[in-house]
Amino acid sequence: MITALIERDLRLAYRRRGELATPVIFFVIVTALFPLALNPDPTLLRTLAPGVIWVSALLAVLIGQDSLFKTDYEDGSLELMLLSPITLEWIVLLRVFTHWLVTGLPLVILSLLMALLLDYPTHALGTLVMSLFLGTPILSCLGAVGASLTVGLRRGFMLLPILVLPLTVPVLIFGAAAAGRAAVGDTAAAPLYFLGAMLMLAVTLAPFAIAAGLRISLES
Amino acid sequence: MFVWFHRLASPPFFYRFAEKLAPWLAWLSLLVILAGLYGGLWLSPPDYQQGDGFRIIYVHVPSAWISMLAYMVMASAAAIGLIWRMKLAHAVSAAAAPLGASFTFLALVTGSLWGKPMWGTYWVWDARLTSELILLFLYLGYIALNHAFEDRRTGDRASAILAIVGAVNVPIIHFSVNWWNTLHQGPTVFFGPKAEMPPNMYIPLFIMMFGFMLFFAAFMLKRLQVEVLQRERNTAWVRELVGQS
Repeated sequence: MITALIERDLRLAYRRRGELATPVIFFVIVTALFPLALNPDPTLLRTLAPGVIWVSALLAVLIGQDSLFKTDYEDGSLELMLLSPITLEWIVLLRVFTHWLVTGLPLVILSLLMALLLDYPTHALGTLVMSLFLGTPILSCLGAVGASLTVGLRRGFMLLPILVLPLTVPVLIFGAAAAGRAAVGDTAAAPLYFLGAMLMLAVTLAPFAIAAGLRISLES
Repeated sequence: MFVWFHRLASPPFFYRFAEKLAPWLAWLSLLVILAGLYGGLWLSPPDYQQGDGFRIIYVHVPSAWISMLAYMVMASAAAIGLIWRMKLAHAVSAAAAPLGASFTFLALVTGSLWGKPMWGTYWVWDARLTSELILLFLYLGYIALNHAFEDRRTGDRASAILAIVGAVNVPIIHFSVNWWNTLHQGPTVFFGPKAEMPPNMYIPLFIMMFGFMLFFAAFMLKRLQVEVLQRERNTAWVRELVGQS
């Protein structure tokens, strides 16, 4: 049953690959906008790179979360999932995980490329990728909470970032701090540990909030 | 006691109860705030570093305190409404959010006015200022979600989830922002041998905090009355009250 769910999600993702690529393309374009707006001076870009990449990743993940439950809500699959013998919390966790696999993970990999464009030092690339690897699933979980609450709304797309962005502040702080410290040669262990701790917290607590949100959205 | 408490959850009973209590609280809060202002503006000595400029503390600290208190009220009422499906609890959350947002805004404005002469700038990205700003965003998100649904009950329950998720997040946000940057003056010791404030400075501050709490309570009751009327507008008792049949 669990593998069937993952398989279904992955197959659906493959069929709608254009739609799922949108957040990743968004991430690349937004990151590329910063040098145009600021100043293409390499030293400036190098200091800004961790923040720029992290803010772009944050926005891209949140924009991607809007599609998380939308089609399932519209065609009624979500109601069937609610009735299934597996608890909704599990289903939701799997869904967030597969969604992260197809949108979050490509973003983490592409961040390598964007880091090079922003003259981010190559010796710190590992830490940058690690921070995004730990951080983007947290953003996915938080975004999913917002998506579950706004899935029944026509203007949910506009509302979702307003609801979720304030909650993502700690992830942004620790993620950008890890990448920034590594860039100047400091040890980035502390912020990475905090990201790991927050990831554990998000994975264990968020499914309950997401499931509760979906139940409310489906009741109306 | 419990019977009385249960009856309080019934909207018509609560409406009449609030009608009686609110004016008392409002007048009392006016008296207490005036007393606190007299103590703060005339009786307390000027600060040895900041001179008379510190006196904005008598508005700034109580507003910041109410801004956090209101979030606690909002989140706990949201949890109560979600768990026991109490209609009135959701009304409490919905009424507390705009008040809390206003006090957060007031705390930010007074803080930046205080910051200009003392720190030389209206705004710094300091930990407590940033936490307060994020708190304002949390309030705005809650209000936006609460009004986004056509069905009032769905909006209440959806925004209740958001309030609870926010309440879980608030300590993490506060801690992370603290770790990130801090310039704000540390907490002041009020009592004991290491007290940093003389009594004629901190007693007016406590009076002001108490006055702001009374003010908050009075306006909560008034807002709640409006919320209750709006939510119960199709019931017989509201029609009778407003003289329609």
